[in-house]
Amino acid sequence: MNSGVFWPTTCPLKMGSASRLSEQYFLQAPRISRRHGFVRELRSSDRGSDRGFGRLPGISVPWGLYEDGFMKRSVYSMCGMCTVRCPIRVEVEDGIATWIEGNPHILGGALCGKGSAGLSFHYQEERPRSPMIRQGSRGGGQWKWVTWVTALDYVADRLKSVMDTHGPESLLMSCRGGPFLDLPETLLKALGSPNFTNHDASCGRNVHHASLSVYGLGRKDFIYDLKKCRHLVLYGRNMLESLKVKEARELMEALSSGMKLTYIDVRQTVTGSKAGRFWMIRPGTDYALNLGLIHTVIRERLFDEAFVNRWTDGFDGLVRHVEPYTPEWAEARTGIPAGEIVALARELSEDRPKVVFHPGWMLARYLDSFYASRSVHILNVLLGSVEVEGGQIIAKGPKDYGKSGLKTLADGVPKPAAKRADGVGWKHTHFDAGVGLFHLFYHAMLHGDPYPLRAYICHRHDPLTAFPDREAQRAALDKLDLIVALDAKFGETTWYADVILPLAGYLEKDSPIAVQKGKIPRFIMRRQAIDPVYDTKPEWWIYRELARRLGVGRCFPYETVEHLWRFQLEGTGYTPADFEEKGFVDLAKQAILLGRDTGLKFKTPSGKIELVSPALEKAGFASFEKYRDKEPVPEGRFRLAFGRHAIHTQGHTQNNPLLHEVFPENVLWINATVAGKMGIREGEVVEISARGVKAHVRAHLTEFIHPEAVFTVHGFGRTVPVLKHAFNVGFADQRMAKGGLDLFDPVGGGIAYMEAPVAVRKVREAEGKAA
Amino acid sequence: MSRYILHQDIDRCIGCYSCEIHCKANKNLPEGPRLCRIYPKGPQWVGAVPRMAFAFMACFHCEHPWCVPVCPTQAMQKRAADGVVFVDADKCIGCKLCIHACPWGVPQWNPVTRKAVKCDLCMDRIDRGLQPACVAKCITGCIHFEPEERATEGIRLRYRQMTSV
Repeated sequence: MNSGVFWPTTCPLKMGSASRLSEQYFLQAPRISRRHGFVRELRSSDRGSDRGFGRLPGISVPWGLYEDGFMKRSVYSMCGMCTVRCPIRVEVEDGIATWIEGNPHILGGALCGKGSAGLSFHYQEERPRSPMIRQGSRGGGQWKWVTWVTALDYVADRLKSVMDTHGPESLLMSCRGGPFLDLPETLLKALGSPNFTNHDASCGRNVHHASLSVYGLGRKDFIYDLKKCRHLVLYGRNMLESLKVKEARELMEALSSGMKLTYIDVRQTVTGSKAGRFWMIRPGTDYALNLGLIHTVIRERLFDEAFVNRWTDGFDGLVRHVEPYTPEWAEARTGIPAGEIVALARELSEDRPKVVFHPGWMLARYLDSFYASRSVHILNVLLGSVEVEGGQIIAKGPKDYGKSGLKTLADGVPKPAAKRADGVGWKHTHFDAGVGLFHLFYHAMLHGDPYPLRAYICHRHDPLTAFPDREAQRAALDKLDLIVALDAKFGETTWYADVILPLAGYLEKDSPIAVQKGKIPRFIMRRQAIDPVYDTKPEWWIYRELARRLGVGRCFPYETVEHLWRFQLEGTGYTPADFEEKGFVDLAKQAILLGRDTGLKFKTPSGKIELVSPALEKAGFASFEKYRDKEPVPEGRFRLAFGRHAIHTQGHTQNNPLLHEVFPENVLWINATVAGKMGIREGEVVEISARGVKAHVRAHLTEFIHPEAVFTVHGFGRTVPVLKHAFNVGFADQRMAKGGLDLFDPVGGGIAYMEAPVAVRKVREAEGKAA
Repeated sequence: MSRYILHQDIDRCIGCYSCEIHCKANKNLPEGPRLCRIYPKGPQWVGAVPRMAFAFMACFHCEHPWCVPVCPTQAMQKRAADGVVFVDADKCIGCKLCIHACPWGVPQWNPVTRKAVKCDLCMDRIDRGLQPACVAKCITGCIHFEPEERATEGIRLRYRQMTSV
């Protein structure tokens, strides 16, 4: 069973697993997605037959008898197709998942297309189906199937040898974020490495840091009360395509009830098409627009004076700072008429405080994205949209309602003594040291500064898809002695690893209980709905096994997931059984708002909203940064914007057969007038290039994108050859950010993907065909 | 027509294509047939804002369906009780006459079973008192499935919500 083989090959039989589901499924499973619908054969052949588990052979029982028996079950769980993790209800017939819907208690059954396509993901064969150890060169695609025992022993031995030679701090772990990180974090901490990080430098870090600088509260410490909001302003936050099901429902409900929506972006989106006001802004000038808005709000005294006087520090500094930034000044930079900027400011002031300026989510865009996001926070503060119905509400945790939070494994483990290798917390003191900045670890890998990194555990993360400059990343990764990937899918980084430990899909596993902060905090559980289709394992099992092999098993004091849940719930008064009814428990019945007279708590040093941030200034950065004009974009060059379509999630879903069918390939949006001058026609293949990297992509001509921008949907251009649908389709936008690991917002820490322009040119007919 | 009305509130539709996937996942369909479809239109200028619209097309379940009489094996049928037009897969011989006959392009080809397949309003679900997959899981609730005598009430109530602010 351990013989060396090339991919693709037949799936090995399930090994080392005490699964209830019989082996016959695994013999059939690999072919199902190709020959039939993805589960048809299993379902029809098992119905009314005597083959299912739990029945005596030879006794045929009509299907209908099982409607309420254990043969047809309903399981409350949590989606895993994207990082939103919507609550779901799964129907399972004869061990096969047949229906997924949004949890009716929270979402009324609503679910996005990705959520439904979760069925085809689980029964698809193009995912890691057994532990794999690399045989040839990194990324060469030559793998050996091994058992879990072999894989875990191998990983543990290699990690031990690295740590013995270079110390435990030479170990790096990155993840994608989310509520289930206690397990990986605990392992790393127990081993003695401080180098735990996540993807956020390629996503929301600027927003998070900007939020911290103003409120002392992070990006996720606020919720936006869309239900009662009167006017919502979105800066490219494409709520209806970059979907969170609950949020999208609330947005549409609010619009039906008369909420105003202003949408500002470099292109028109579905979200913008529902807006009452749409501004096509010049790329990279959000900060200029906001300075113009703040100027107007202050000049015309449109702000909430009582709130500003009571809760803010440094208002006078703000007044002085925005004095030169008139709406006319902003118009010259943004292209948005001064009169309209003034009109928006006045309109918003009429609706305050029930207004929300969304501070952004994926704002790893420019070198000044931190200040752009900070200026959005300041606008919210000026209009009093803090802890108020219809505005921003501070997300409440269990303690805010006098309840105990979940116990974590990591709490029982001492903090490692070593300094972080990304320099966060000691060299870069203005960044949140919780997860640091992923891209700064590459410097340590390459140069051994401040000390060498030699092993990397990549937990459900794909930096080669998420971060810029694949070549630079690979050069750094090649310095490592060991790369271990834990993943349920074949990401670019997974494929580049030395060992793949295949995670069970989200329907196939139990996860630790998660806390969701909100108006009302909630504990929520992901329950296993089906047995693993392949030889994959849940995180709680993998980390426990690794810990035992590495001599830190005491930090994972549980045998089963049930033990883990009971440990987490100690002191909360709840038991795992409390989750049976709805899949979650709400920690309060009635939402409370903190009093705006005395009750607000900001975690800044002053306890107030810091318009002037002493912490920033101590680190050598301005509270109010001067606006710097960006380099003009020359003819034939563009700022490459990237975003989402409702049917895909970053790089996770391109190979899903159902989703691929609806959206198979990304194209390049380009302004129709500009394209016309360049002689580019609709659908024609063009060349996009940046600093030596080239790709071909089909052009989509539209007048609804700014002439200085081009746009594409992220996640395409995959190089993993076993991805039947996604391989070599479309182009990978992040590859165009060549040199981008060194180009990041110095204050917010986020990568500046759009700062350096890309070139687009028409290719000759023959060249285009060859592409 | 069938006794039901499947109505899409276009203002509320966000063109997320979820209905297509909900349908295919429920019917366990391979790549190829898409029983309900979203067709986007726009953006195009409407006043100062470029607007988009998304047309939802499933099956009309016609009073006199073109697809039924042409079927040589009576696989394609109209259910007497409620007028749902559906294919009995066991009887379908894959001759594609229904596909030729339908002016709306509704019956689809399933390349795996090599038979016709079409929207049957998820009649197994509606017989259990549930809603069709596309309706049950629609993100914004923009697709409404109602018995014909009740359909107009919902439309009027939604109009009231829109105008009462």
